[in-house]
This record gives sequence, C-alpha cells and structure tokens, in this order.
Amino acid sequence: MPDIVSILKDKFPQGILSVQLTKDEFPTLWAEAGSIISILSFLKKEADQPYSMLYDLTAIDEQAKNNRGEHPESIYTIVYQLLSFERNSFIRIKVPLTAQTVIPSITAVWPSANWYEREVYDLFGIKFTGHPDLRRILMPKTWIGHPLQKCHPARATEMAPFQLPEAKQVAEQAAMQFKPEEWGLEKTIADDELMFLNLGPQHPGTHGILRLVVQLDGEDIVNVVPDIGFHHRGAEKMGERQSWHSYIPYTDRVEYLGGVMNNFPYVMAVEKLGGIIVPERAQMIRIMMSELFRISSHLVWYGTFAGDLGMLSPVFFMFNDREKVFDIVEAICGARMHPSWFRIGGVTQDLPNGWKNLIQDFIDYFPKRLDEYDGMVMKNSIFKARTVGIGIYTTAEAIEWGITGPGLRATGFEWDFRKKQPYSGYENFEFDVPTGKNGDCYDRAGVRVEEMRQSLRIIQQCVNNMPDGPYKSDHPLTTPPVKKNTLEDIETLIHHFLNVSWGPVIPPGEAFCSVEATKGNNGYYLISDGNITSYRTRIRTPSFPAMQLVPLIAQGYTLPDLMAILGSVDYVLSDVDR
Amino acid sequence: MIDILLHIALVIGIMLGLVMIAAGLIWLERRTLALWQDRYGPNRTGLFGTLQVVADMIKIFFKEDWIPPFADKKIFVVAPAILMISILLSFAVVPFTPLIGVVNLNIGLLFFLGMSSFGAYSIVLAGWSSNNKYSLIGAVRAASQMISYEVFMGLSLMGVVMLSGSFNMRDIVLAQQGRWFFIPQFLGFIIFFIAGIAETRRLPFDIPEAESELVAGYHSEYSGMKFGMFFVGEYLGITLISAMTTTLFLGGWLGPAFLPPIFWFLIKMFAFILFFILLRASLPRPRSDQLMALGWKVLFPLSMLNVLVTGALVLYFKL
Repeated sequence: MPDIVSILKDKFPQGILSVQLTKDEFPTLWAEAGSIISILSFLKKEADQPYSMLYDLTAIDEQAKNNRGEHPESIYTIVYQLLSFERNSFIRIKVPLTAQTVIPSITAVWPSANWYEREVYDLFGIKFTGHPDLRRILMPKTWIGHPLQKCHPARATEMAPFQLPEAKQVAEQAAMQFKPEEWGLEKTIADDELMFLNLGPQHPGTHGILRLVVQLDGEDIVNVVPDIGFHHRGAEKMGERQSWHSYIPYTDRVEYLGGVMNNFPYVMAVEKLGGIIVPERAQMIRIMMSELFRISSHLVWYGTFAGDLGMLSPVFFMFNDREKVFDIVEAICGARMHPSWFRIGGVTQDLPNGWKNLIQDFIDYFPKRLDEYDGMVMKNSIFKARTVGIGIYTTAEAIEWGITGPGLRATGFEWDFRKKQPYSGYENFEFDVPTGKNGDCYDRAGVRVEEMRQSLRIIQQCVNNMPDGPYKSDHPLTTPPVKKNTLEDIETLIHHFLNVSWGPVIPPGEAFCSVEATKGNNGYYLISDGNITSYRTRIRTPSFPAMQLVPLIAQGYTLPDLMAILGSVDYVLSDVDR
Repeated sequence: MIDILLHIALVIGIMLGLVMIAAGLIWLERRTLALWQDRYGPNRTGLFGTLQVVADMIKIFFKEDWIPPFADKKIFVVAPAILMISILLSFAVVPFTPLIGVVNLNIGLLFFLGMSSFGAYSIVLAGWSSNNKYSLIGAVRAASQMISYEVFMGLSLMGVVMLSGSFNMRDIVLAQQGRWFFIPQFLGFIIFFIAGIAETRRLPFDIPEAESELVAGYHSEYSGMKFGMFFVGEYLGITLISAMTTTLFLGGWLGPAFLPPIFWFLIKMFAFILFFILLRASLPRPRSDQLMALGWKVLFPLSMLNVLVTGALVLYFKL
C-alpha cells in the first residue's frame, strides 16, 4: 500500500506544497490554505484507514525563527494534527499563511475544531472564515493583542504599568454584562421563558474556576455554554522564555493532579529533539512515578465525584489514601504534588534507600481499600441511579470530539497509548486496559477505578524488576549533567558549565511526544530553532476537548445530572486553560 | 397559681432543653461524622471540643446581620423564624415521660402533622424572598418534596392510630405496653422514618440545599443569626422526628424499671439521631425526580396498603 504522503501528493498535486522531516517521524506535509478543507475531509472520510480524530489544531508564529530550513514562506503556520486509529499513527498538515492571516475554518469537517480555532484566533489573531462563533476563548474579551504572537510581551515588566482609570473600569464592567445573544443563546423556547443560571466561576460543583452559563427549562437543561480561561496562565508563552530545563516545573502545574506525569511527555519530546537515549533504570523509575500519580489523581477524582453526588465520606477516605501515595512521592522526590522530578535525560536523583518497602507496603494495603470503596460507592444503588445512563456518548462521538483516555475507553473502545504506542518501556509490562460498554457516567467511573488496580500491577512489576544502572543519561545535553567526570576531563566540564548556566542548546527540529496521562492523552509539540529556549511549546491537553463536549452530553438532562457529568468527565481546569 | 407557674417553668425548661440538645447536636454530628470519616473533627475548644458550640454561637451572633438589597426584606426576616416556631410548637405534644410534657392534646398527632406542614412555608418563603436563582430552585424543590412526603407521612401513622384508637400521644404510648408498635406496624415505621428524613431535608434527601448543585439552596443568601436559625432548626427537626418515632413506634418512655422513664426516652431518641448522622455519612443524594418517584410510586401505595391491611385486621380481630 502506498504511504499516505504519496497518496496525498497524487490526489492534491496543487494543494501539497512540500514534505518536512521531523524528529518524531510523523508524516508532515505543507499544504496550501485554499485546499485545506478538501485535504482534511479526504483524510477523514475517503482515505483508506482514515484519520478520524482531529487530535490537535494550533499555530506557530514564524516571524522570529532562526534555522527555518527549506520550507514554504510563512508568517504564521497553522498546524493540524490528525490521528488514525486503524493506522495507529499521526499525520501533521501545516498551512503557511503569508500576507493575509485568514484561513477557511474546518468546523464543517470536524465540529471539534470550533474551540481550537477560537484558541488560535485568540492567541494568534488568525481569522477563520466560516467559523460559527469566532470570539476569544482563553483571554478576556477586553484583552488587547494576541499573546502568542512573538511581538506580544511575555512579562508584565515589558508592558506599561497597569492602570485602571474610571473609563476603563466602566468599559471592563460593561464587557462583563451578560448578553445571551453573544453566547449564542435565545431567550425563549416555544413561548416558554427560560431561565439563565450562572454556574461559577465560584461554585462548589465545578471543581475549579469554570463558568457555565446554563439555560434551564425548569430544571431541564436546554443549553450549556462553558466559559473557560479563568485558569489561563500562558503556559505555552512561558515555554518560549524559560530554558528547556527550567520549564519543567511549569509542566507539573498544567494538570496539577498529575504531578510528574506532566514532565513525562515534555522531557521525552526534548530528548527526541536532542537524540538522547534514556537509561533503562530511569525509564522504569519514570513509569513507576507516573503510575503512582495516576492513582493519586484518580483518588481525587473518585472522592470528589462521589462528593458531587452528595456522598460526604468518600473524599476523606480517598484523600487519606492519597496522602499515603504522597508519602511515597515525598520520600522519593522530596516534594508532594509538584515534584518536577524528571530531567532531560533521566530523573533528578536515584531512588532512596528503602524505597521498595515503602511502595510494597502501599501495594499490599491499597487493594483492600479499593474493594471497600467499590462497596461504598460503585455498588451503591443511589449512586447507580444517578450515574447509569447519564451523559452518554458513543465511540464515534468521542472520536469526533477528540476525547482520549478513560472517557474514550468507557465507550467500549480499547485504546490506550501505553499499549498502542508504547513509550519509555511500557511494552515490557503486563496490564489490562479496562473498558466500559455504554459510555455513561457509571462506565467512566468504572474504567478509572479499574485503572487504579492496573496501575498497582504496573508498580508491582517495577518494584520486582527495577534494573540497575545510571538514573541519568551521560549524553552531553542531559541537564543537569552527570557531575562525576566534570573534574577529570574538559569536555564534560564545559557541558556541565553551559547546561547549568545557560541551559542546554537543543538542536533545531520539531517533535511531538504524548503520554497516556490521567485524564487522557497529554502531548507536547516542541519546536526548537537551535536555541536555549523552545521556539514554540504547544501543549495538547485532554481536558480541553472534553470540556468542549460537555454541553452536548448535558443537553436534555437535569441540573443534578450536569454535576454528575462534570464529575465523570474528570477535567482539571488548569489542564483546560493551560 | 403555683401550678401555673410550675407549668410555665416546665415549658421553658423543655424549650431550653431542646435548644440545648439541638446545639449540642452540632458538636455531636461533627464529632461522629469525623469518627466515621477517619478524621478528628472539632477537638480543641473545651473537653473533646464540646465548647465548639459556644464558639460557633458567639461567631454567629456577632456576624453582620446582612439582608441582601435585592431581597424581599420582611419575608426574608420572617422565614427562618417560621421554621423555629413550627418545630418548637410540634414539641408541645411530645410526651417525654408521664410527667414531662407541655400539653396533653387529644389531637396531638394531627397537631404535629399540621405543624410540620407549616414548616414547609419557611423554606419556600426563604427561597422565594432571597430573590436568587439558586435559592428559588431550592425552594421549589423543597416545596415539591415536603408537600408530597407530608401526604404519606400522615397515612403511615394511621396504622398506629387504628391500633391505639387515639390521636393522643400519651394514649399511643400507653397502648404500646407489652408490644411496641414497630413490630405490628413495621411498614408504617419505615415509611414514617423515610418521610421524616425528607421533612428534615437531611442527606440523602437534602435536595433543597444540595451543596454541590445549588451552593446552599434555599438559604444561600442567609448569614449570621438568621442562618443560625435554619441551622439549629435543622437539628431541632432531627430531634423532633427522632422523638416522634420513639413515641409512636418504640414505646416512648416505656422500658424496664431500672432506669427512669426520661432516660429510656432519651436513649431511644439519640439512637435515631445517631442513625440520622450515619445516613449522612454514608449515602449519596438521589435526584429530585427520583425522590418524587420513590414517594408517589412506592411509598404512597405501600402506606395505603398498610392502612388497608391494618384496618382489615383490626376489624377482623376486633382489637
């Protein structure tokens, strides 16, 4: 079978401009803006083994880039990343924009492109023609400028001092007035006056600063419009000013329940760019810590989800158990929620003495607790009445809307990146991929509960089979480098000096790396132009598409069901807004 | 004259005692919930944290008495008082012991049912006058829940009335000598208790205030002492339902003679109160439509059936 690149070249001789080689070895094609819709709909609908998921859509401001290579002229580049489940591979289509920053919207092909295009519009100022609702999504409505443009300041100190004169205050307050038309909401339905309920940004049921404008007919939900961006910290912009090494702590906070799991895709992407091979022991340590954090994150979800449905106690039990996980994490990493413990080329330190006993104790203790929780939560008949058959979506819908992780597996589709595209040695582990059947709230819960048991299995295998050897690669780009030889030969001394003072200089190129994180597939798309900072850091988070799907699965249910749906989706607002 | 003064003293004593119990329940609930949830609860103020209640009361008294500018002021102020009044009045008919009790009313049971219906106004008016959408939804939920559960709360007690042949609470207790009514009236007992939970709006039936959905439901806008009245009112409500269950189904003050009657009454009552708290520690909250379905489709027919069967048996055996 001819590969997809040659198929596309034959099919769209005018549309495809060139082919790019990337470090992640994804087929990467430059396409012309006019034919992007036909190329993408061909890939989605007509191609053999189609690319059915719009995995990511983002942009790059190319104006300040060194080492661009032989690529089409471009001021802004739009990047479409698609995933084919049949092929088990990604494809990346890049569209150069030169004079005009306008491109046709692909919302007709993938409705899930809606929020992604709004994000690109918000952060880059690129307009999408034919987009149904092109307004800012992360930044406030009154924001001036588009933050991810290279000309936009990255620090407050680069901007004029903040002032709030009366006129500005009035304008800001006027902008906060709720006008249903701006949200695409109509006031009435079949002569019935509907009620708008403003849920959040401060509300006990939203788990973070999320605002939902809910349109209610009695207690029945007619419409939900999420308003996100309250938790936006400009993580991608920060990636462009922090050194490759000093950005690691920021990744911890992108999905703040995942801890070191967030470092994982980032350091792997940097290692791919730098060509660093990570020693086996470091790989297994990384897996072990990630799985510990998967358990801790799922415990938070478990307790708060039960809390959303009115159960008071589970959250206390589960936070106690999470505390036990944190005790282990603290003993190994020295910090609890955000250890920032992975390093480019390995991990910070070797495992401490006695780590095995600590973890083994937990492995012996935890399964009994999980069984207890099953009896308390999952088998409770009121809990079932609140979750079975609520917030259903099918596998096809999940793929259409870019859902990954437990949300996708709950629909009955067995797709786990740890199995399908193993990274860091996951292929050596034995574990099952739990799936659901109906794709309702109960199945999503069941999948996560079972995942905790599987994580325990993985951790047990790590404990039993932890290889000896270095915990850090001795590649010159490892940061901070192994100290051992620095006082013996000049070469390592120089590397050490430069990597610690400047930070490593990563060779030009681009790479994408993703992991099966707690909430779904979390990926980092890094572009280096041969500098000590990344040229573009794109963080593809699982919560963003999940949040986009919430309104669709909440319609027709009632207000209490909305809380069950929000809880079962298991998003983290920092993961949505970045 | 001295009789009247003594009786007034008794009434005041009972009222103070009840308010003390309700306030003490705040501590009891926090400590027992903590026990069941693997944590400590308030343990710093006084012995085992018992003075926590005093601290809470001082705080609540000194809070700003805030009425939101958009609220309907008069109704907003009156609503919490209605709750306290209706519950405290209900206690008038409860016979704690043969000697302790406010009135010996021959329609005691009906008076209790009437007062508990009256309490529903408090919630509805509080939610309505707050002029807040969350409060409104809470109030609407409360109205539907309390009115429906009232219907078979009354019906579930008819079996007791038939067996004892009286609406008088003292007669009902005395009729239980030898056999407490929860044995022949087990169905009535269960239904009454479930309806009682719904009446007090406690988990699993705390749908009108459903924290994760409605913030605080009908009392979202309340603070200071007015919130305090809802708060204490909730505990008074628990005490009332526990006292009524004790009286109607567990023989009230009856019990072996080695303990005085008041102890038997309190022991039984506190057992139910602890059960209320245990429920709160263990169950999730159903949706309001599920609650209504349970009420009208299951509990209502069952209580009708209970009335029919009890009536037929009473007639047949000429009890």
